[in-house]
Amino acid sequence: MLGFGADLLWADMNRLLAFLFHQGVLDEQFLQLQQLQDEASPNFVSEVVNIYFHESEKLLNNLRGLLMERELSDYKKMGIHLNQFMGSSSSIGAKRVTNICVAFRAATDQSNRAGCLRALEMLEHEYCYLKNKLHELFQIEQQRALVAGVRYPVQNQ
Amino acid sequence: MDTDAVVSFDHVSPEDSHEVHVLAVDDSLVDRKVIERLLKISACKGFFLDGKIAVTAVDSGIRALQFLGLDEQRRTSESDGFVPSLKVDLIITDYCMPEMTGYELLKKIKESSMFREIPVVIMSSENVLPRIDRCLEEGAEDFIVKPVKLSDVKRLKGYMTTKEVKVGSHDRGSGVEINNKRKLEEEEETSDMSSSPPSISTLSSSPSVSSPSSSPTSSPTVLASPIRRLKMSTTD
Repeated sequence: MLGFGADLLWADMNRLLAFLFHQGVLDEQFLQLQQLQDEASPNFVSEVVNIYFHESEKLLNNLRGLLMERELSDYKKMGIHLNQFMGSSSSIGAKRVTNICVAFRAATDQSNRAGCLRALEMLEHEYCYLKNKLHELFQIEQQRALVAGVRYPVQNQ
Repeated sequence: MDTDAVVSFDHVSPEDSHEVHVLAVDDSLVDRKVIERLLKISACKGFFLDGKIAVTAVDSGIRALQFLGLDEQRRTSESDGFVPSLKVDLIITDYCMPEMTGYELLKKIKESSMFREIPVVIMSSENVLPRIDRCLEEGAEDFIVKPVKLSDVKRLKGYMTTKEVKVGSHDRGSGVEINNKRKLEEEEETSDMSSSPPSISTLSSSPSVSSPSSSPTSSPTVLASPIRRLKMSTTD
């Protein structure tokens, strides 16, 4: 019966992945990351993604701080942060986040404060969504690994 | 996994002459992890020699130069017979980095008589043609548009300085002029070393590194750690 559990979780995982691809949240670079995971590095994807989360949150805080300045906002510095954010997002296959970074950066190039504020809001929202979905994905994966690893005496095998 | 490290390197002893050593430079930790894994998986899949690869990942051009021994503090490195502990077969660097761009790093490497033979590959998230041209003109072997994939890393095999790999790369037929020029230089070099069996050290620009004939004595353990080597050199 537990074999079914593992299979169901596998199906759940694939369904979630397919959904995320379909929505454009993730792109094929995420698949590339999965190909880099093996017995030698069994948690590679979650490790890299956790580093990404850690870095991204710092960048988002910096961006918000820069945009909320009373004096003139440092658009150039924002651009630098966005380049970094864009780069790491594209490296893990976070397509929607990357695209918003591109639009955000265009707004900083024009010193367009209103545009930047809108973009920041979208970016935070999109990043939050991505983080939740990836956590969900990793949870399913962990459960599946647990279930698949458990051995019970089965009558009919 | 030491996620806070700005420099991560594998232990390589000079006797590992068939091990490919790649120096990766990128200010993004995410990208460093990815490129490191890409290189290691490629090595396992047989894209590089026997599948043995060591990757040193640093977070800036300045650290890369320090690792090579080309930094400001060691300006005299080329004249005082300084020998880098680990021979580098390939340098792969991001373009956009604070303080020193990949392009500036490329220039510094190509200006050095000791290291200009090391192939340098530039990575960038932006597909800007003038940027690509400028890098190739300055001597970069290739320009990879990020995000980097396994198929990009497969290409790198052809740029290694190791002779074994070069033999198999003549069929690449890329239009890059620079590569052909370097091949010519190497053919001139090999005529002087016809008696010795093909070995990696003969074609590298660093004079006496990783040569099996040199007596290691206590050097492997001391030199195997670049950081320790740096610390030692500054207290000399």
